[in-house]
Amino acid sequence: METIPATGLLGASWLLIALPLAGAAVLLLGGRRTDRWGHLLATGTVAAAFVIGLFCTFQLSGLDEPSASVDLFTFIRTGNLDVEAGLLFDPLSAVFVLLITGVGALIHVYSIGYMAHDPARRRFFAYLNLFVAAMLLLVLGNSYVALYVGWEGVGLASYLLIAFWYTRPAAATAAKKAFIMNRVGDVGLALAIFLMFAQLGTTSYAGVFGEVGLLAGGTVTAIGLLLLLGACGKSGQFPLQAWLPDAMEGPTPVSALIHAATMVTAGVYLIARSAPVFDETATARTVVLVIGALTLMIGAIVGCAYDDIKKVLAYSTVSQIGYMFLAVGLGPVGYAAGIAHLLAHGFFKAGLFLGAGSVMHAMRDQVDMRRYGGLAKRLPVTFVTFGLGYLALIGFPFLSGYWTKDAIIEAAFDRGGASGWLLGGVAVLGAGLTAFYMTRLMLMTFAGRARWEDGVHPHESPTVMTAPMVVLAIGSVAAGFLLVEAFPLTEWLEPVFGEPEEAAHVVPPIVVSIGLTVVMLLGAAAAWLFVGRREVPVTAPARVSPVVVAARRALYADTVNESLFMRPGMWLTRALVWLDARGVDGVVNGTAAALGGSSSRLGRAQTGFVRSYALGMLGGAVLIAGALLAVTSA
Amino acid sequence: MNISNYLVLAAVLFTIGAVGVLVRRNAIVVFMCVELMLNSVNLTLVTFARTTGTVDGQVIAFFVMVVAAAEVVVGLAIIMSVYRTRRSASVDDVNLLKY
Repeated sequence: METIPATGLLGASWLLIALPLAGAAVLLLGGRRTDRWGHLLATGTVAAAFVIGLFCTFQLSGLDEPSASVDLFTFIRTGNLDVEAGLLFDPLSAVFVLLITGVGALIHVYSIGYMAHDPARRRFFAYLNLFVAAMLLLVLGNSYVALYVGWEGVGLASYLLIAFWYTRPAAATAAKKAFIMNRVGDVGLALAIFLMFAQLGTTSYAGVFGEVGLLAGGTVTAIGLLLLLGACGKSGQFPLQAWLPDAMEGPTPVSALIHAATMVTAGVYLIARSAPVFDETATARTVVLVIGALTLMIGAIVGCAYDDIKKVLAYSTVSQIGYMFLAVGLGPVGYAAGIAHLLAHGFFKAGLFLGAGSVMHAMRDQVDMRRYGGLAKRLPVTFVTFGLGYLALIGFPFLSGYWTKDAIIEAAFDRGGASGWLLGGVAVLGAGLTAFYMTRLMLMTFAGRARWEDGVHPHESPTVMTAPMVVLAIGSVAAGFLLVEAFPLTEWLEPVFGEPEEAAHVVPPIVVSIGLTVVMLLGAAAAWLFVGRREVPVTAPARVSPVVVAARRALYADTVNESLFMRPGMWLTRALVWLDARGVDGVVNGTAAALGGSSSRLGRAQTGFVRSYALGMLGGAVLIAGALLAVTSA
Repeated sequence: MNISNYLVLAAVLFTIGAVGVLVRRNAIVVFMCVELMLNSVNLTLVTFARTTGTVDGQVIAFFVMVVAAAEVVVGLAIIMSVYRTRRSASVDDVNLLKY
């Protein structure tokens, strides 16, 4: 695909990044003076970025070669390393830009209401703007180095936002956990970039994709696997999924932003963007598939067991991102399906999180669903918008999730052979579990008897919060149909991923659709049987099967991390501290102590008696004279 | 003249002076013993000057006398001041400067 220098408004696409960044700078540097209008400025910058993104996308769709580059400046020029900072606006970037700025702007609006009583609201909006700016840089950069800068910016912003209420120990710990687990992935991405530079001498997309075919198979596989490690860290995929649910310690709009518009989608973007690399290595692509399938099951299973509304939604995200990895792991047939699911997911997951925030707002920040119940009447707008997001997520026919998940599962079956059946089966099973845990969440929150704590009087959230939820609910309903049927994303992304060959259907699409709907209904029915039919106990039952125990402990992900990495790491640290204290310091301190001790003992010779000094002098003189005599006479 | 007589006398004087410095407690006596040692050395210097027929040794002896005179002035002043504060001229009582 040819890339042409950008003209017109596309040439100003750097404004997309600059606006939120400037917003963050003004809010952070302006101090208290910006307290009164800072949130409006921050929302305005993101909304303006959305409008610019829309115009850019319209202009892009009119071009013959829909790919525009903007050269900005030379980032690094030293020796053989030559990195130009530049932007690439192509169909793939465009959909991400619209998702990030669109959903991001809605979350900004919602935060105005949600954070209205927080004394540090200005700081919150500054970080939100920083987050959006970093994410836009990530998707707009024209080289892996530019992507990496945005990648780290996203990591930093997520850390700041998760630890926004840094006086809470749990929030501070969760932020550190997120940061450290992200670093593990980032090392992979950094090594992949180093490898590209060492082998190809370039890190720009054009350069890497043009020459990746000339590399040895092993090198390409290594690059692919390292990129995948980076993607797993950012997207909360197995084995680095444990940070994502803990990130719920941040304010709820942050969760919405992390899970829908920014951050976790970065991994999917990285894999999709690196499609030419993965085209060359079947091994790495298979690993992507396996990780996607594994994670979607882990997320779904754990999601069934938690009682914390935000954590259930978090594991739901883990699971849904697993679907996206599965899709992009399938190769050309799956890319567009994965991105479509990502966009649809962006709508309904943002809506669900904002809904959860609205519920928590009403319930005095209570997150335990066992303490909810019967909220449908008290929070009608939240109930309807949340309900639409829920239906979209579980794949209720003709809502968003139905179209996009259907496409992924179809593509999985079309892979053919045993692996196709296995992956398709896992995806269908995951859809059933999704229906189960989401229905459980709905029933425990909105249906049944009120199990509120004393003194809680739920009330609907203000309009500034409900309006974004309504917009997102409309998106949840319509996005799937628009992206799959009305304006197929497959065609829009064709310049990036090439034309997918028409696969021979192993299972007829209509069978997949009906089967999926049946499984979804079974899952929902199971949830009604187990949860909706009977009274929900206020405390979680202690006597449960081992499977539930394992799921409640997130399938022992933290236990494994702690016993495999944390404890050996602590042992190593302690051994090094001991070596330092006893070994290095021991030598230094020992020498000093020996000198000090011997000098104080020698000091005893200074008795203060002049005559003993005189004797010493005489003795010394006699010795010297004797020595002289002995030398001269010999 | 027999040179060894002079040298033996100088050695005896020096030994008396050295032993006096070591064994006596009275600062004045110690002081005089030091003078004795200096003068025994003067005697040696002058003896050798006479035998070699040069004046170097005699010149050095004069230097020693001058230095000794100066030293006596300072030394006696110190002894006086010590005696005034401590009512004693014993060198063993002046033992504060130690470890």
